[in-house]
Amino acid sequence: MKMIVAIIQPSKLDDVRDELYKAEVNLMTVTEVLGHGRQKGVTEIYRGAREMGNLLRKVRLEIAVNDSFVEPTVRAIIKAAKTGETGDGKIFILPLDQTIRIRTEERGSIAIG
Amino acid sequence: MNSGDTAWVLICTALVMLMTPGLAFFYGGMVRRKNVLSVLMQCFFVLCLVSVLWVVYGYSLAFAPGNGFIGGLQWSMLNGVGLEPYADYSATIPHQVFMIFQAMFAVITPALILGAFAERMKFSSFVVFIILWLTLVYAPVCHWVWGMGGFLRNMGALDFAGGTVVHINAGIAALVTALMIGPRKNAEKHIPSPHNLPFVALGTALLWFGWFGFNAGSSLAANGLAANAFVVTNTAAAAAGLSWAAIEWFRNGKPTLFGICSGAVAGLVAITPAAGFVNVSGALIIGLLVSAFCYLAAAVIKPKLGYDDALDAFGVHCIGGIWGALATGLFASKLVNSAGNDGLFYGNPELFIIQAKAVGVTIIYSLVVTAVLFKVIDLLMGMRVTTKEEDIGLDLTQHHERAYTMLE
Repeated sequence: MKMIVAIIQPSKLDDVRDELYKAEVNLMTVTEVLGHGRQKGVTEIYRGAREMGNLLRKVRLEIAVNDSFVEPTVRAIIKAAKTGETGDGKIFILPLDQTIRIRTEERGSIAIG
Repeated sequence: MNSGDTAWVLICTALVMLMTPGLAFFYGGMVRRKNVLSVLMQCFFVLCLVSVLWVVYGYSLAFAPGNGFIGGLQWSMLNGVGLEPYADYSATIPHQVFMIFQAMFAVITPALILGAFAERMKFSSFVVFIILWLTLVYAPVCHWVWGMGGFLRNMGALDFAGGTVVHINAGIAALVTALMIGPRKNAEKHIPSPHNLPFVALGTALLWFGWFGFNAGSSLAANGLAANAFVVTNTAAAAAGLSWAAIEWFRNGKPTLFGICSGAVAGLVAITPAAGFVNVSGALIIGLLVSAFCYLAAAVIKPKLGYDDALDAFGVHCIGGIWGALATGLFASKLVNSAGNDGLFYGNPELFIIQAKAVGVTIIYSLVVTAVLFKVIDLLMGMRVTTKEEDIGLDLTQHHERAYTMLE
């Protein structure tokens, strides 16, 4: 089991979800986050005071998957989120010790999907 | 000169002024949060810009004596527009009061259009578009209907508070601009949800409140006719809000806040041309039916045809305005306003034909000129923001501001 964490552009969320459904990955948690990597932030000006390099809005996906789904999930995210420009985002793959479905108390890979 | 009339029209002017910020919230709540400031900014910019243009040359172009098509420039800088009444327009209030009341109509009309191209127009191009549209579309159409010697006025067309001049005119411009600028990115796949429906309700409240000035003020006197306009305005708005909610209840199982707000605004639009000519039963029918037409345009026809009139400026204002103008030809009665005329249901089919002609002329003129203006500005400076700017949002890319912070 792996936990896939992807940081993507907010505008790509719909496309990424479409691709993930095609790859039969239906379960995910989505949060809105702020951050930036190499991409510079945006300029904001309030009553003449200039604020450079503010943090940008991004979307963070967390998807717990069984091992066989790792590559299809990664492929789906890349397919939808990649534009080739700075700021497309990152994917992190983390080991996942245990998954427990609260309703049934099932544990392990069966509890993921 | 009458002090009661003067006081009333001054207050109504302030009420109509408040409609444009009201519209800003009505529209602002409907867009995604990355674009809310752009909509508010466009509304406030129009308020400032048109207020200035109006006293410099706009009022003169629309209302100064000229030919049947356009007014003259002799009243530029309010030259000759003084504190005494000008009897051809209003015998009991200062001419400047009439002028500033009309200014607020000139402000809100171009602002209505922006609902069609919301979330994707370049701000600099927007400014140029508004200046040209006010000068080449609003001022002439206003002159035809309300100006001395205007040809629709001479033909006998009735437009009490601006159904043709304001709503059909802006509504058609909305359709043209929505078609020409193209749909928002991904709009066909996922309809962007409104980011703040309480803003929509707040905007509706301000519009409704201001509309009493818009319609009841258009009698230009504190008299029985103003009372009639006030009552039918409230009645039509309420009936339309109910019928929109009923349609949704019937079709989707639940009535929505967004629906009742849209219905109320559609009702206000539809009663606008009729407010000084119909009685309360006419207002009820106008209100109950307008929601059916606007609902059809916004929720059924628009998705089928695929144009992205983002906030339904065409679906509500043009369709509602056309229905209101035609309904005036059906339900108008001299018993309400002896200066008006009888409609079809009061034995005078001719008025209906005149109303239909006035609607037709306005649609054709607004359509053609708006399309030409749009094309010219698009060629010279580009109307649409880049895809990347659209992704980030107009607030940050066009104004370097954002409405909401996530962290302190």
